[in-house]
Amino acid sequence: MPPLLGNRFDDGFVVTNLDAAINWARESSLWPMTFGLACCAIEMMAVGGPRYDIDRFGAGAFRATPRQADLMIVAGTVNLKMAERVRRLYNQMPEPKFVIAMGACTCGGGPYYKYGYNVVKGVDLVVPVDVYVPGCPPRPEALLEGLMRVQDKIRTMKTLAKESTVDVPMIPVRTGKVQLPEEYATPEKVNEFQKATKEAAKPAKA
Amino acid sequence: MTTTEIHTLLHEQFDSAISATEPTVVDVARLIDVCQFLKSDPRLRFDFLNNISGVDYLETDAKKVAKAGFEPHLEVVYHLSSIAFAGRRFTLKVILPRWKDGIAGELPEVPTVNAVWRTADWHEREVYDLVGVRFTGHPDLRRILMADDWVGHPLRKDFEYPLEYHDIRCR
Repeated sequence: MPPLLGNRFDDGFVVTNLDAAINWARESSLWPMTFGLACCAIEMMAVGGPRYDIDRFGAGAFRATPRQADLMIVAGTVNLKMAERVRRLYNQMPEPKFVIAMGACTCGGGPYYKYGYNVVKGVDLVVPVDVYVPGCPPRPEALLEGLMRVQDKIRTMKTLAKESTVDVPMIPVRTGKVQLPEEYATPEKVNEFQKATKEAAKPAKA
Repeated sequence: MTTTEIHTLLHEQFDSAISATEPTVVDVARLIDVCQFLKSDPRLRFDFLNNISGVDYLETDAKKVAKAGFEPHLEVVYHLSSIAFAGRRFTLKVILPRWKDGIAGELPEVPTVNAVWRTADWHEREVYDLVGVRFTGHPDLRRILMADDWVGHPLRKDFEYPLEYHDIRCR
């Protein structure tokens, strides 16, 4: 069987786009940070193990420090005390950096959405998230899928090519003000809206 | 010795400080004495405190208040067991107002049983943190689960969820 790439190029000479080469290198050596916060971490460990083997995608080198990592897999419930640490660790990561929100809790609070007084309703309120992997917890395949979506994202990055880029602030600006939808603006409107929904929910008379 | 017998024994010993019927409700002023008696009396010897829990009795739904069957109050429940007499368990509780002297924001007070059972230390901190009961005489009454700068006691029924905590939207 002939080798995949070997002996096919004259003098080892290849023509490619430099951006493509950089992106290829980046996407195939994503180093995730060890960041298991709750039960999702068990699935993340399974992904690291030989059965699912995240190493096949070049992302198996789990680093214990944010300074050597470029992918943060937030696996598990982020509570308010932890959120500050999450943001701090994110800020310590070198650019370019990517975040996967793994599991229902990190996507939007999950089962703690209503009564979880100490749970952040989605890690995207703390750090910008690139890929959401829903599930409680997600299957290892789902996390691998999420990783591949991050790789897709890297593949479209333009590091060197001339192109005007829009300057997007990396940390979402939040004021904490919650704007109610229009139908909840005043008590009268709430009554009207609830009456209308009740009316709409009635089964149609035959 | 059954629970009823223990209750009768306590009632004989402390008279009006103990409720006439079960469940055993202890007068706050005599709590330490009762606990000390439960621990050191050779007939009882409750040398292990399993748990302290705080309960907030408050019906927040105005329609259900009449049917609730209780006045708004707090309870602190002590679960004891004995290692000397294996399998023996006992529960006693104290009833408190939701706020001290009815002033909202002033936490109700209970004397600490830390001197009787050392394990009460963290249990009391937890009750203080989540339900809002001040344990007088506690050596180190700080929050144990929530952040130090947290406002309010989350397991109170009328706890208002904060809109924002350290620039993170909460609702």
